[in-house]
Amino acid sequence: MDELKCECGHVNPTGTILCEACGKAVGNRQNENKLLDMRYEGSARRSQTYNKSIIDKIWNFFSSVKVGVSLIVIALVASSIGTIFPQETYIPSTIPASEYYEQEYGAFGKLYYLLGFHNLYSSWWYLVIIGMLGMSILIASIDRFFPLYRSLKNQKVVRHDSFMKRQRIFGITNVSNQEVNLEQITERLKKQRYRIREENGNILAEKGRFSRWGPYVNHIGLIIFLIGGLLRSVPGMYVDKVVWLREGEMKEIPGTNGEYYLKNNAFIFEVYDKGNKEDEAFVKAIEKTGTAIAKNYQSNVTLYKQEGEVLPGEKPQLQKVKDFEIKVNEPLKHDHYALYQVDYKLNEFSKMSFYLMDKKTEEKFGTLTIDLNDPKPSYQLKKGYSVELMSYFPDFEFKENGEPTTKTRIPNNPAFIFKMVTPDKPEGEVSFVAIRENIEPAGENVYKMAFAGVETRNATALTVRKDLTLGILFAGGIIFMIGVVQGAYWNHRRIWVKRKGEEIWIAGHTNKNWHGLKRDIALVVQTTPLFEPTDQLNEEKFSNKGEEISG
Amino acid sequence: MMRTVILLLLGAALVYALYTNFTKDTANQIQMGSEAPNFVLTDMDGNEHKLSDYRGQGVMLNFWGTWCKPCEYEMPYMENQYHAYKDQGVQILAVNVGESNYAVNSFVSRHNLSFPVMIDKGQEVQVAYRVDPLPVTFLIDKEGKVIDRITGSLTEAKIQQHMEKIKP
Repeated sequence: MDELKCECGHVNPTGTILCEACGKAVGNRQNENKLLDMRYEGSARRSQTYNKSIIDKIWNFFSSVKVGVSLIVIALVASSIGTIFPQETYIPSTIPASEYYEQEYGAFGKLYYLLGFHNLYSSWWYLVIIGMLGMSILIASIDRFFPLYRSLKNQKVVRHDSFMKRQRIFGITNVSNQEVNLEQITERLKKQRYRIREENGNILAEKGRFSRWGPYVNHIGLIIFLIGGLLRSVPGMYVDKVVWLREGEMKEIPGTNGEYYLKNNAFIFEVYDKGNKEDEAFVKAIEKTGTAIAKNYQSNVTLYKQEGEVLPGEKPQLQKVKDFEIKVNEPLKHDHYALYQVDYKLNEFSKMSFYLMDKKTEEKFGTLTIDLNDPKPSYQLKKGYSVELMSYFPDFEFKENGEPTTKTRIPNNPAFIFKMVTPDKPEGEVSFVAIRENIEPAGENVYKMAFAGVETRNATALTVRKDLTLGILFAGGIIFMIGVVQGAYWNHRRIWVKRKGEEIWIAGHTNKNWHGLKRDIALVVQTTPLFEPTDQLNEEKFSNKGEEISG
Repeated sequence: MMRTVILLLLGAALVYALYTNFTKDTANQIQMGSEAPNFVLTDMDGNEHKLSDYRGQGVMLNFWGTWCKPCEYEMPYMENQYHAYKDQGVQILAVNVGESNYAVNSFVSRHNLSFPVMIDKGQEVQVAYRVDPLPVTFLIDKEGKVIDRITGSLTEAKIQQHMEKIKP
């Protein structure tokens, strides 16, 4: 790499504008008459130095703040457009998204769908924008941080005259006939918590350098945040599933790879009750709404852990972990997993009972109870009496051709074809029984199946959630905030005191809050023969004294 | 040089993010060419079937339900092809998605099925194979690898083609 050797002897990297050590302009890029542009200490930024190869161009593109801000604006605008219509997850699952948006919102809806706004966070162009934003943050930081760090590390106590003169805060005091107590000055600087470096009666006082790293710390936080978001798609990091459990049912918890099982012991749904003493306070509200107001949704569950290696389908070897009552906002948490109450279904049929009955005399010959989720092929009653289950339709409907069939396997509307075998009808009589229906396909029967009762049970739906990226997102957020605070509440202030023959030169620089710096200097020079240095920027406003200063 | 490396790394990260995002939907499915998840189920005659015991043979693994019409539709074809291929080293395993014994038994006798039919009561095998919706059929070759996943009803000709594919 080509290097630039300054007359002070320090070797600077190519592209350097101000010598890292003494501050003399080595790049010949700045107007000699103006104040120095102190951004990034005049260090050699790659993006400002090379612009030939394709790598240079890409690098320069991403290190540009303009590009970064544009990307943020584009992402913001896209995100806000994404909120105009509902996202795909929230539209009814009965209509495909390709039809829904056009149907609901017309031509604009169609365009919305075609451009991928319906699934914004997964659309390729949105991800590309976010990815480019991440690259921009990282590259812009690298491009600025390392040269700046190098420059501040290599700075010397004694700065070149031209550097001093062209600082915004600068002043000269002729001290030929007065004593100047440098020790008093350093004492005062130290009192204001400046770190002092001295060399042959010259002083460099510096404080708050770490505030210069604020933006980079902040960017590291952002990058960690983005990485956390990315990790969601890595298997094992993130689970978001739903499990339905009927009362008494036990199932593998989805997303746990067979490690955990859950049993639903009971689902409880409570409403506020006027008659209940506890709810007295709510009587007015209950009367006002007129409908039941939900008080509690609760699943009483038992969590089990699978012990040992068991194949799917094999009988699981379960070890009870704990009983728990899951309520809204009171999830069952275990081993990074959390189970939240999300939905329920009340009073699903589970068992039905019938009497075998003589239609005329209404004499009963025993009852049978059918488990609607596990019916038996036949039921023995009193001696000589039995009932065969010829067909069972858990969710019964008639097909177009008039044959009975079932829509699903869930017993929403159970129907049965029974064969009733009795001593006087040993061949059996066939009866079709559904809710409020009794058909005798083979003509008039002597016996019938009379409805005796029904048992119901509730079902609960739980969301299974696991998110190992949360910690990373938190860390990213905290680092982000540390960076903000670091850069916002502290300033990097430097004061140079240079002895030049019979003169003492004072120059000051800060990255923000010039008033604070001036006050610091005023406190140092008061009661000493030293003049308070002037703010050359203010002076320039009134008259262009640039030449005078550099002269 | 340094910048080239950084740009390459960042570019790779971006490509990876896009890739994982677009394979997100298929990542929820069994990957073709991956090893078929092993399982043990007991058929309606009480015989245990362990998938790994069928190494060296092709296995057509069918998931079905009695209420599912397309499942019912393909059953007779599977029955025919089962007889044609069972001596050529292709097995059919029909896994019901967890209905009652009564429902499955009456379905089996109504359709005179002779291939092994089993019930996945705990729905663990369905979870392992990410079954949804029905019917779905997996073709497993003699090395125990999933070579195809077919959703929807199969015609007899299709079944025969598939049987040829997994014939050892």
